[in-house]
Amino acid sequence: MSRLRASIHASLLLLPAVVLLAAFTHVPAVRTFIGALYTTPRGNRPEVFIGLGNYRHLLDDPVFWQAMANNVWYAALTIPLSVILALVMALAVDARLPGRAALRMAYFTPTVLPMIAVANIWLFFYTPGYGLLDQVLGLFGVAQTNWLGSRDTALNAVIAVAVWKEAGFFMIFYLAALQTIPHDLREAAAIEGASRFTFFRRVTLPLLMPTTLFVLVNAVIGAFRLVDHIVVMTRGGPDNATALLLYYIYEIGFRFWDSAYAATLTTVLLAILAVLAAVQFLFLERRIHYR
Amino acid sequence: MAEIVVDNLTKVWSGSPAVDGISFTCASGEFTVLLGPSGCGKSTTLRLIAGLEQPSAGAIAIGGRDVTRRSPAERGIAMVFQSYALFPHLSVAENILFGLKVRRVPRAERDERLKRAAQTLGLTQLLDRKPAALSGGQRQRVALGRAIVADAAVCLMDEPLSNLDAQLRQEMRAEIRGLQRRLGMTMIYVTHDQVEAMTMSDRVVLMRDGRIEQQGTPAELYDCPASGFAARFLGTPPMNLLPAAAGAGLAPDVPAAAEGSIGVRPERLRVDAPGHGLTATVEAIEYLGADTLLTLDAAGAKLIARTDGHARHRIGEAVGVSCAAGDLHFFDAGSGRRVEANGNGCNAPERGEGA
Repeated sequence: MSRLRASIHASLLLLPAVVLLAAFTHVPAVRTFIGALYTTPRGNRPEVFIGLGNYRHLLDDPVFWQAMANNVWYAALTIPLSVILALVMALAVDARLPGRAALRMAYFTPTVLPMIAVANIWLFFYTPGYGLLDQVLGLFGVAQTNWLGSRDTALNAVIAVAVWKEAGFFMIFYLAALQTIPHDLREAAAIEGASRFTFFRRVTLPLLMPTTLFVLVNAVIGAFRLVDHIVVMTRGGPDNATALLLYYIYEIGFRFWDSAYAATLTTVLLAILAVLAAVQFLFLERRIHYR
Repeated sequence: MAEIVVDNLTKVWSGSPAVDGISFTCASGEFTVLLGPSGCGKSTTLRLIAGLEQPSAGAIAIGGRDVTRRSPAERGIAMVFQSYALFPHLSVAENILFGLKVRRVPRAERDERLKRAAQTLGLTQLLDRKPAALSGGQRQRVALGRAIVADAAVCLMDEPLSNLDAQLRQEMRAEIRGLQRRLGMTMIYVTHDQVEAMTMSDRVVLMRDGRIEQQGTPAELYDCPASGFAARFLGTPPMNLLPAAAGAGLAPDVPAAAEGSIGVRPERLRVDAPGHGLTATVEAIEYLGADTLLTLDAAGAKLIARTDGHARHRIGEAVGVSCAAGDLHFFDAGSGRRVEANGNGCNAPERGEGA
């Protein structure tokens, strides 16, 4: 009897959070899966069930494949670059050097700044002719480049912004993990004659693996989720050269108002993220030492 | 062959000396304990010998070679840390072999040495475990294993037993001592526990405020403490120290000094009927089984006496406390150092700093 009452109490306490989550997360998610199986209702034309029709359309959509390829390249560069940069920065500011608090803050600043503001600043850096980048390169006699306007450079230019933005965030996790590694491990290794590199490879890196997994999962999600700078800097252009999946979904859904097709793309994006997360956990989990 | 000579070693931390010009020699194969209260500089001294800190002045020689400016790895030492410093992600075997792998010892020899160390320490069944799956005592053994596979002639230990329970500590004391003897290692062992110092060492270096208070064999320190501090630091319960005026009545024919203090070990006190020596009241009785500790009050001066078996006394009872004149130790009022006044066999007490 009292157990029943306790579980009723517990359920009631959980109810507000469940209602909010269900209303704004779970129901829309399920609605998306279902919506992907119908046509988009327009005016007095109601939605019609077409099964996998939207997915068939997707396979024939060249812009989707372009966005997909862009996103793969984007992920393949931003993830390793930002994670490695984060680790290097964390190791740098973990050392005992003067002014390291200021340095830590400097590295972390990009994370705090709103992406919209950051993208606007970078827009100036990339401006052809009088932008910072061209001015500096001009000193070395390099010709003007339209970094964001050229198909060859636009994607890499937005990748640089993303790496710059993300690395500081990941650095904080690495820094926290580094500070939990007891100092006497380093001393014990020093007495055994281990070089700094050996210690890093045999002790620091393995002890950072749980953090690395966490950071990797976040980096993967970020590579598919962060498109603010695309909106500000290129709007997917030129000629879809910087169209990422989420940006493409945004365009389909809120500029062309094709909600059914947007739902289809969203389902695909979620499936990709789920698979990537599962792969990371299954493969890396076994090789990780958790304390 | 692995004699350690510490000469006038000094370490200054931001203006204040942690280790203040200390010198001692630890003969090859000898077990030396650096003893002292916390903050006395004993751990810093050990870390200086290990090369984990750089001395502000002075020199360290190991095996006749000046290693003052050498890296820890070049000193030919092994070290056991208070926290054990085991690598949490490596198994017991990998932890023990870490140094040999770093030094690129051939695989066959590595395996052989691991087998021997594991057998010596009873770790054979645990080689695949991670440190987190070991008890405190087992971790301690792994740390010892890492020290002995190195085959270093010198082993440094920093309070290795402080994280163990009393029972285990007693076992490990004997085991570490046995291991050191068997392997012929030159050992420097840091502790604040005088029991460890008394039971394990060939030689004790007692430190206080960065200086050596006294050094010698455990018996020398116990029988002839060089200062009131040394007298109180070794022995449980510690030596009784009384103002000279109050203590003079303990033994006949003691020159009544007006200043300084008189010390006497609890087991040297005789407790009789009033009339013998000082008159005192029994304040407390602690029965320990083999003996009993009596806390006595002699006109305001507190004394602890160790008597055999069950006490025949009652709390509040008046007794006479006395001892032989030779059992009294005299300490100077100002410096607290020993003053020779009678023939109790302590000639010219050995002082630190080569004085």
